[in-house]
Amino acid sequence: MRFDPELAEIRFGCGLSPRLAPPQSPEAMLQRLTGADEMARAYPVQDFDAAFADSVTFQALARERRKLRGQPEYEAADARYRTFRQQKRTDRLQNFAQRLLRYADTSDGLRERLTLFWSDHFTAKGRRNAFQHLATPYAETAIRPHVAGRFEDLLIAVVTSPLMLHYLDQNSSVGPNSPVAQRRNRSAGLNENLAREVLELHTLGVDGPYSQTDVRQLAELFTGLSFNRKEGFNFRPGLAEPGSEQVLGRSYGAEKGRLEPVLQALRDLARHPATARHIARKLAVHFTSDQPDADLVEHVAERFRQSGGYLPDVYAALLEHPAAWAPELRNVKPPFDFVASACRALPVDADRVTGFKRGQLNRIFAAPLTLMGQKWEDPAGPDGWSEDDAAWITPQGLSARLRWAFAAPQRLVADLPDPRGFAGTTLGSFADGKVLFAASAAETRAEGVALVLSAPAFQRR
Amino acid sequence: MRHSRRSVLARGAALGCSLAASPLLTPVSFASAPWDRRLVVIILRGGMDALDVVQPYGDPAYAALRQKLRGGPDHGGLDLDGFFALHPALSPLMPLWRSEELAFVHAVSTPYRDKRSHFDGQDLLEAGTPGLEQARDGWLNRLLQQQSGIEARTAFALGQGEMKLLNGAAPVADWSPDAALMMSPQAERLAGLLMEDDALFHRALSEALDLSREAPGLPLSGEDMQDGEMTMPVPTRGKAHLKIAAYAAQQLRADTRIAAFSINGWDTHNRQDRALKSALGRLSDTVLELKAGVGADVWDKTAVVAMTEFGRTARENGTGGTDHGTGGAMLLAGGAIRGGRIYGRWPGLEEAALYDRRDLMPTADVRAPAAWILRGLTGVGVADLEQTVFPGLRMEDDLGLLR
Repeated sequence: MRFDPELAEIRFGCGLSPRLAPPQSPEAMLQRLTGADEMARAYPVQDFDAAFADSVTFQALARERRKLRGQPEYEAADARYRTFRQQKRTDRLQNFAQRLLRYADTSDGLRERLTLFWSDHFTAKGRRNAFQHLATPYAETAIRPHVAGRFEDLLIAVVTSPLMLHYLDQNSSVGPNSPVAQRRNRSAGLNENLAREVLELHTLGVDGPYSQTDVRQLAELFTGLSFNRKEGFNFRPGLAEPGSEQVLGRSYGAEKGRLEPVLQALRDLARHPATARHIARKLAVHFTSDQPDADLVEHVAERFRQSGGYLPDVYAALLEHPAAWAPELRNVKPPFDFVASACRALPVDADRVTGFKRGQLNRIFAAPLTLMGQKWEDPAGPDGWSEDDAAWITPQGLSARLRWAFAAPQRLVADLPDPRGFAGTTLGSFADGKVLFAASAAETRAEGVALVLSAPAFQRR
Repeated sequence: MRHSRRSVLARGAALGCSLAASPLLTPVSFASAPWDRRLVVIILRGGMDALDVVQPYGDPAYAALRQKLRGGPDHGGLDLDGFFALHPALSPLMPLWRSEELAFVHAVSTPYRDKRSHFDGQDLLEAGTPGLEQARDGWLNRLLQQQSGIEARTAFALGQGEMKLLNGAAPVADWSPDAALMMSPQAERLAGLLMEDDALFHRALSEALDLSREAPGLPLSGEDMQDGEMTMPVPTRGKAHLKIAAYAAQQLRADTRIAAFSINGWDTHNRQDRALKSALGRLSDTVLELKAGVGADVWDKTAVVAMTEFGRTARENGTGGTDHGTGGAMLLAGGAIRGGRIYGRWPGLEEAALYDRRDLMPTADVRAPAAWILRGLTGVGVADLEQTVFPGLRMEDDLGLLR
């Protein structure tokens, strides 16, 4: 069980492409990952600040429209609001297309995979109209720049992102004895949502050594994390609960009303041994198998602890372990990866996808992903998408994958490839006799290509 | 013409591959349906706030706990019995309450305590075990494992999300409206060949093909298949929860005895007035769609059981919502339910009576009412329920939840 370029591209990258050579060593993969982010330049998406400014505009238009209800100016305000909302929906699909093209065109596949992995680990989404387009900009600004950095920086970027503060209700959490709560005559108080998920999902893990008291104390410590229209993230001392808090036996924030104690608590949580175990296991599950090798998990966790959560070292530990190279393909690709790796294999020209109108992007990608069980940027809860293979390969999920494999490729390329050659370039040494037979026995080119994409050897990695 | 003829041929040939599953060749009712009554289990994911759905306005401590989220008849709630009131978003279900086909069990919970994680909470709710260490399969599947005469179509897990309560060794159909799959005979054969060595894919493909053959509204003509080409998988019009309820009802009218699916959106940390209204609207529409869809005869022998992973904090939080709690409530509906009443022992809301001084105190295991309903519907024995379906459960006294 050792490094193999094809397996490296399939398991840790974005799948084989007839245009792009797979990486030749783990060192080469890590070198690309820690080098320049070429795909972000080639296929730009809106950054968070610009997208957030659009949210502010969106809310202003919505307010104006509400105010003018029943008045002659209403119609114009309504039209402005609708046009803007439509534009944001279009932007969202175009951002989707850019992310798809990065996946299809990259020679730095590990970066795309890690961006998806961490975006899922730190799931956040807009809970109201004005914020729904923010998930990709959030991934672009809070996550992507940190995937090859320190875990604590990633954690801090996420926990101070307005989208996360909105999604997990931190923005409206008020220390019960804070100046703001004292001033207001109505009830104002804590909201535990973000504090709980930071402990349970983002850092220690649900089996980690924390109690309800720690959740409560961390929620008190988090008071003050907020955002406003002008600046985006800000810290509002007026919301902060006075006095210090004890989280996992450590005291934070004796002198109150500052952001620093919050960041210190996040750094401590990021370096906690339980966090190392939790993250190591998640990485191993995501990249290798639903039941990962125990020694692999321990090896990665140990490197996490030693390096203080320096992620390139953590990934190196994963890539150097023999269990990472077990030749049998196991994990099922989630729907986005299935569709995007198919685009990479065909291969799809960027111009064609960027030329698609909104309706086409919806029909060819977004709506099928929903039926495959992965409504784009809309997982049910803050724990993100399932890692369980059986959660994806249900009768209904597989049905949608097959229907897409049969219907989409001819809309994505001008000339479908010869299915036999396609089996070879797409699956490499994983193209077994049955796949080659099916590719040659299909009645049409479209069916041959579809069958290659339907093969478990393509749907697993 | 050519298109439709080809499609009809394809369909005929496809049927030939799997005679056993063909609705044309299998009698519509099995001679030995394992039992006759119907069960629908709805998992309410996110933690439903029992105190806002079935509002204990008669409890002296209630008003102080809920200020923005005040219920009761003076605040829009629909009085049920002089002590509890129903959230107004469930008003479409009031006729069922009056005809005694709607009930609630209050202050119940799974054995899950203290960590208040949705995901572990849901896993335990669906595993039906005392703790997560013992969780392997789902309780509804273990019920099926106790019965003879179970076929794949006896129980349906519906929708896109995983329904772990039906995971396990007994056969179960997993499906979703809009999922119909039709392939040319050759493509179907080759896809089968590709997947035959991969158990997960093989099983899903066989089921998808079987279920597609009897999918409601599947076009027989070339509408869905043009010259053997499949069209894009895109959803049909309509609200997902209503499509699922309609599909479940259609199956329950025939041989299916159990349907399970989820309704999400109960995690109301913020602006609960809005969020809960929308989730309750979906729940209420779902119940009514089931009732209309199964028809009066089947409705009379149907029990709908809606349960959630935990309740929420007794006190509202600082943001017009509630945080994760412990004791919750269960909704029961259907002609088989002895409704028009609130079951369960009310613990009271004064601070000392709360769990951990914050949550509604559970006074019973939510598995117990579920177990009594399974017993009444299927005849499964108490010992099997307490040892296998819900290991470690003591069912206590029969509350008489069924007619």
